[in-house]
Parts: sequence; structure tokens; C-alpha cells
Amino acid sequence: MQIKDSLLQQLTFMHSVPQGAYSLRVNGKTETVQNSAHIHIERKPDGSGLTVRVDAQTKNESLHMPVVVSQTGLNETVTNDFYIGENAEVTIVAGCGIHNTGEKQSAHNGVHAFYVGKNAKLTYMEKHIASGNKTSSKELNPTTVLYLKENATCTLDTTQTEGVTLANRITKAYVGKNATLIIKEKIKTRGTEEAHTNFLVELLEDGARVEVTSRSVASENSKQSFVSTVTGKAESFGHVSCDAIVLNNAKVSSTPTVVCEHPSATLVHEAAIGKIASDQLLKLMTLGLTQEEAENAIIEGFLQ
Amino acid sequence: MLNIENISYKVQNAQREDILQNISLSFPENKITVITGPNGSGKSTLLKLIAGILQPTSGKICLNKQDITPLSVTKRANLGITLAWQQPVRFKGITVKQLLTFANPNCAQLSTACSALARVGLCAKNYVNRLADESLSGGELKRIELACALAKGGNILLFDEPEAGIDLWSFTQLTHMFTSIQNATIIIVSHQTKILEIADYICLFQEDGSAILDTKQKLLPKIQQTPTCQKLQEEV
Repeated sequence: MQIKDSLLQQLTFMHSVPQGAYSLRVNGKTETVQNSAHIHIERKPDGSGLTVRVDAQTKNESLHMPVVVSQTGLNETVTNDFYIGENAEVTIVAGCGIHNTGEKQSAHNGVHAFYVGKNAKLTYMEKHIASGNKTSSKELNPTTVLYLKENATCTLDTTQTEGVTLANRITKAYVGKNATLIIKEKIKTRGTEEAHTNFLVELLEDGARVEVTSRSVASENSKQSFVSTVTGKAESFGHVSCDAIVLNNAKVSSTPTVVCEHPSATLVHEAAIGKIASDQLLKLMTLGLTQEEAENAIIEGFLQ
Repeated sequence: MLNIENISYKVQNAQREDILQNISLSFPENKITVITGPNGSGKSTLLKLIAGILQPTSGKICLNKQDITPLSVTKRANLGITLAWQQPVRFKGITVKQLLTFANPNCAQLSTACSALARVGLCAKNYVNRLADESLSGGELKRIELACALAKGGNILLFDEPEAGIDLWSFTQLTHMFTSIQNATIIIVSHQTKILEIADYICLFQEDGSAILDTKQKLLPKIQQTPTCQKLQEEV
């Protein structure tokens, strides 16, 4: 119970059942489902996941949907679909925490599809954490598919902390007329952990925009890869920025692909990967911080 | 008292290997000394040696008779040596207030952070929560650099070309900032006449890697006639 509560608090900053809509999944079973006035959660008949419908015009409502895996050897795939009605403004806080103290691999594969209606605003925050003994494998493989209708706005904010043995993150987005997608990704790996990210964004209609910002820190012998493919099929704008700090023997790669299929599509990819700049360390040390304190401050700021 | 004793600094494979050659200087306590001299004469190098960012090839640096040459940058900072960098460093994700708080934990209080920024002529409420990154101009970042140095304080305050990037309209405020500092030995690297005018002492670095230090009254008229100074004036 303590492990569950601790993971829940880290995932959603919750101490108790939150206001608004809520679903809690623990060890492969949806324990609790709670609707709010305009957010309706249904269990899929085949048991594969949930269907969430947010009414058109909904304002200031939120949905929390944490997943906890504390049973060693559990390997589950959950498919959730979200339909965000026109003009709705909603915040969804999701995430998965794995605590594995056994020898078997534990894995959660969350497949989420978002259909964001005309003029709707979605903020989707997703956090992945893992704990337990060092030898047990803890895998988190989120797949997120986003469909943005005209004038829709979606902010996707994902965080992965140290402890996740392997993560394969796939994000696909199809951005409509004057719609805006903002993706912020923060990843931290250590030991022999691996995190792989793959973004595929198609800017389908005029005025479509995407801003992808990835910040990551890889330490010890961990590996990270960042692959992004942004295709501009109309008069659109795409900006992808990948910054990584590499410590010890870690390895990080960034592979950009920008595909311009319209003469007025503007697509930019920036990547900066390297160790902590020595002048940043020295600057903070001249203010009185130790080297270790300076490193921590730089990394903490970098991932803010 | 800060003493530089027979300091040399050499770099290998450079066009000029001997950056500083056997320099000995005593910086008068609680006075303003302005170091001036041509580009490449080792002025900034000396400040970095005092702060511990660089290690001398030979010689030692003593603070109040303690040999601080083997001490780390952090230890020197905690002994009261503070360096305002010539080219301030940018940080991703660190706010101006966080930087000030690293310099002085009291700046965690908004009022203290605001006071520190006000000392360098910045409207505090516009800056405390700004990121100290590329979104700030060079001049803004330079002022924040000075604010951090002042917030940290110390017995030995080193300023490397503090006027760089500061608009001319703010020069009076900048010089007033230096003259209002109490109980600290202030060492400023500068080419600017207005900064030289507020000096108690001047230290002239020469192209051959040597340096002389004397009162402003004695040294300023002499150096205005030297080839080094004439060249310096051309550069300014």
C-alpha cells in the first residue's frame, strides 16, 4: 500500500483522490473510475483499456489517470482513446510508476490516441518513474497518437526520471489547419538504462505548427536516441530542438529528418549534445559552489 | 592583503608562450586598483589566476599571508574572492534569481534579489524570473553578472572589463557602483578612462609580460607618454 501511495504521489502529486475525473489502474486492473460533470470514462468491452469523452465546451476540468505496476513479471498493454470535444479546455495528468523488486521483467505499454476537436485545448502531462532493485527490468513503452482538428492546441509534456530500464517512446501527430502542437520531453537515464524516442509529425494543413523541445541527461553507461521526422504538407511551421548533456560513458544520438512537401513549409531541427560546459561549472564554482553542487544545479536547471 | 609573488604563466604551442613573466604585485587593501594595458598582455589571465580558474606555471598567490595557490576555485570563492567575468556565462533553465541565490542565499528572498538587481540599474521585477540564457542581451547579462558579484560580496572583488556591453549612459552609475563598495579590495581590468579616473592605484601591464603598480597620481601621467599607452589609446 505504501509503495502504491508513494508512486501515486510522485506521478500526480496526489495525496488523495483528486477533484475531477479520475481512473486508477493497479497491476493490470482498473481499480477506480470516477467521472466529472463533463468528462466521461468508459471501460472498453474487450477490457483493453478506457474510452474517455470530454464534452464540447468543457472548461476547467481535469482528468487524472495514474497506472501503478508493483507486481514483478507483469507485462501489460493498455489502449486508451480520448475524444476531446470542440472548444473544450482540459488537462489530463497521466503516468506510470513501476516498482519491481523481483527478478522478472515488468513492463507497461500505454497506447493513447487523442482526437482533439476544433478549437479545443488539451494539456497532457505524462510522467514515467521506476524503482526497485537494480537487476530487475522495468520497461515503459508509451505510444501516443494525436489528431488535431482546426485551431486545436495540444501541449504534451512528458517526463521520465532515472530508474526506467528501457523506454521506447513513439509519438505520432497529425496537425490540422491552424492547429498547434507543443511537445516538451525531459528524460534522465543512468546505469545501463536506455531511452529511445521517435517523433513523427505531419503538418497537414495551412497554419499547422509544431514545437518539439527535448532535454535529456544521460549518465554512466546509459544510452539515449532521439529520432524526429517532421513533414510539412502545407504552409506550416515546425521546430525541433534536442539538447542533451552527456556524462561519463553515456551515449546520445539525435537523428533529424525534415521533409518539406510544400514550398511554404518552414522546418527547423536543432541539436546540441555534449558534456556540461566547463565555463558553466567554473562560473558557479566562482560563486562558491562545489563542482558537484554546480553539476547538480546545471542539470536541474537544464531539465526544468 | 593580496600578494602576487613571482607569478609566471606560460601556454604551450601559442604564438606567444609567456603570457605572464615573473610578476610580483601587492594590491593595496580596500582600495580600487585598475589594471590596464594592451590586449593580450595578460590582464584577464591574472584575474583568472587569482580566482583559481587557471594555475600559474610558477610563483604563488597569497591572501592575508596565506598561500592560496593550491586552493580550488570554490575554496577561494569561499575565502572572499569574487570574480565578475568578462564574458558572462549563459545557462539553460536557470533563472536570474537562482543565479543570485547561488551567489548569496539571502537572494532567495525576493526583496534581496531585487535590491541586488537595482544596484546595477535593472528593474528587478522584469528580470528576477527571466532565464539567464540566450533570451537576455549581452548588456543585460553583463549587468546580471555584476549583480551576482556584488550579491556574493567578499574581500577581493575582481571585475574583468565591467564596462563591456554597458551603454555609455550608464557609465556614471557603473563608476558610482564601484566607489560605493566598502571594505573590499577592488581590482578592475579596464581600458576606459572613466574607470581609470576612479582608481586609487593603476597597474600597467606591458607587452613584454611585465607589470608596474603605483598610485594613479604617479602612474597616470607617466603612462600617457609611454608607447604602450599610446598604443592602448589607439585601441580604445
